[in-house]
Amino acid sequence: MELSELLEIGQQERTRQKPIRVHCCTSTGCQAANSLGVKKKLETAVNRNGLSDRVEVVGVGCMGCCGRGPLVQIDPENLVYEEVTPEQAPSIISGLKDSSVVEAQPGDPEHPFFTKQFKIVRETSGKIDPERIEDYIAAGGYQGLHRAIGEFTPSEIVNEVSKSGLRGRGGAGFPTGLKWATVAKAPGDRKFVICNADEGDPGAFMDRSVLESDPHRVLEGMAIAAYAVGASEGFIYVRAEYPLAIERLQKAIKQAKKYGILGTHIFESQFDFKINIRIGAGAFVCGEETALMHSIEGKRGNPTPRPPYPAQSGLWGYSTLINNVETFCNIPAIVTNGGDWYASIGTEDSKGTKVFALTGKIRNNGLIEVPMGITLREIVEEMGGGVPGGEVKAVQTGGPSGGCIPASLLDTPVSYDSLAQVGSIMGSGGMVVMDNQTSMLEVAKFYMEFCRSESCGKCIPCRSGTVQMYHLLNKISDGEATEADLEKLEQLCEMVKHTSLCGLGQTAPNPVISTLRYFRHEYSELLQPETINV
Amino acid sequence: MESVQNSQKNTQANRNSHAAHPSGDKRFKILDVTIKRNHHRQDALIEVLHKAQEVFGCLETDVLLYVARELKLPASQVYGVATFYHLFTLKPSGTHTCVVCSGTACHVKGGGDIIKALEKHLGIEIGETTADGEISLMTARCLGACGIAPAVVFDGKVAGKQTPESVLERIDQWRQSKPSSE
Repeated sequence: MELSELLEIGQQERTRQKPIRVHCCTSTGCQAANSLGVKKKLETAVNRNGLSDRVEVVGVGCMGCCGRGPLVQIDPENLVYEEVTPEQAPSIISGLKDSSVVEAQPGDPEHPFFTKQFKIVRETSGKIDPERIEDYIAAGGYQGLHRAIGEFTPSEIVNEVSKSGLRGRGGAGFPTGLKWATVAKAPGDRKFVICNADEGDPGAFMDRSVLESDPHRVLEGMAIAAYAVGASEGFIYVRAEYPLAIERLQKAIKQAKKYGILGTHIFESQFDFKINIRIGAGAFVCGEETALMHSIEGKRGNPTPRPPYPAQSGLWGYSTLINNVETFCNIPAIVTNGGDWYASIGTEDSKGTKVFALTGKIRNNGLIEVPMGITLREIVEEMGGGVPGGEVKAVQTGGPSGGCIPASLLDTPVSYDSLAQVGSIMGSGGMVVMDNQTSMLEVAKFYMEFCRSESCGKCIPCRSGTVQMYHLLNKISDGEATEADLEKLEQLCEMVKHTSLCGLGQTAPNPVISTLRYFRHEYSELLQPETINV
Repeated sequence: MESVQNSQKNTQANRNSHAAHPSGDKRFKILDVTIKRNHHRQDALIEVLHKAQEVFGCLETDVLLYVARELKLPASQVYGVATFYHLFTLKPSGTHTCVVCSGTACHVKGGGDIIKALEKHLGIEIGETTADGEISLMTARCLGACGIAPAVVFDGKVAGKQTPESVLERIDQWRQSKPSSE
């Protein structure tokens, strides 16, 4: 396919589209609230009102405010309706016809929740039908890939990505350009690109949403990466807990193949790339890159020590590039607009935007994409609308590997370094708000229970350490512990952190360390006085 | 000469029937399709086990041994993989499954109370099935449906913003809809 053909597909699609588009969310969250029933009623109402020549109902991906679903949004007027029921759906359509009263609850598109966002990864989420490649192409999709292959050499792409300052969005924040350069330089003809879609952190659903809403963006990012590092095979490793994401990815791959955007001689070039999907089977540790690769090979997901890094010896021993879903989704925009453009967004050490899943005790639940450097206060209080009927006590970021940031530090800007300074991590993007009723000891226990049961059992510090720490936390919450137990807990935290084999164990103590740092009194007030033996 | 041909045919037939399971259980044939589609590749083990569990409901020993033989893998490795991953189960589950999300957002919003209420109501613990084989109770590690926390999956369908009352009501509906003849 040539560029002119790609543009032609986009043009045809835009001509086909009706002037008024009624977007109805069909992501997992909204589907659970019967958005498919709403969509059906909207479609019937369009036909019944004889509006089918100028109005179309489009099933789209996530619009962000998942807590208020099912959501219906109308373009170009940008009207939003929340918690729509199938019964209310006809009134939305008749409202379009004769401006009659709409029974559904209107949303506020001017709310900071929407206006403070900066969308790169989620640019077309909630605007296009994820099951139609034409819709993605009409929105400018696959032009980045075409440009990459047609106008740049692989090393120029790596340079652009390095220039952009993009860091891995899976949580660790490793510079993406450096990783790509290492794989590109690695010897050997056979290389792999892996997309890590094993989003395991509880309280995080950024990747699920992107995969369900805009699967082609992920494929485009992966294909550009493959071109840049010289790989011709790719895998997407998705959690089995995300059936809708898997289904849409499968569909997307099929469509891209049909158009010659994946497969052999992509865009009439010598570049070949095929993508396979691998489905996980419910093991948190498989989010760790070496464990994930073993899982793709059909083995137990046990991590192995690094080095060798996947770039040197990865899947089946070949040099492998492994990035997170969100990282790949940034790539098409970087190629299209240039690395300098991307680097102009965000802060000195953290460029670009980050998608967060804002959940917990907060008024506006959902997904947001914000420029790096925004403060936690802006996110929680302005965008999230604060805690209903209460006060923020802490914000947990980074899931089981992260920490709890107390309300007093809400002015901390969101960046890799500043979050690390206050004892948490950027993580993959889970942001759980806790109010005064939340016991921080219980939170620490919750995560420790998680790590204890998700530990793969390969190395002793993690396998036994998490169990012992969990026991000690229980002992404290049962009011049976003494100061000596708390000391032992702190010692264990250090030991497990420094001696575990992989990231799971190394970060497992973080929730305990951070809650002890800021909420120590919640631990110490439960301690028994020390018995003195004379 | 003819007998030689016949015996060759027989061997051929035997070889073909060898691929089928001696029990004559047709479900193994469905599994064979997946194994063939993956060209008997050993790295397809997890895919094959997913299919096996979908077809058989759980991974019993003879299924695991069959998979091991077909993929030419040691039985220990197949068993190791089947027991490593949480989604594989070696025991049959109930007619209905109720999966409560235990992710952070659901936990903070009362998922724990739902679990307690269910355990008390059904008289079983997480991971168990009621004695009549009707209902299996499980937890999931975050369904990624945090926006509608707390979430519960009833027979594969996600329901959001649940309470102990709404969940118990749903469970009782299952019990009532069970035909009395069974």
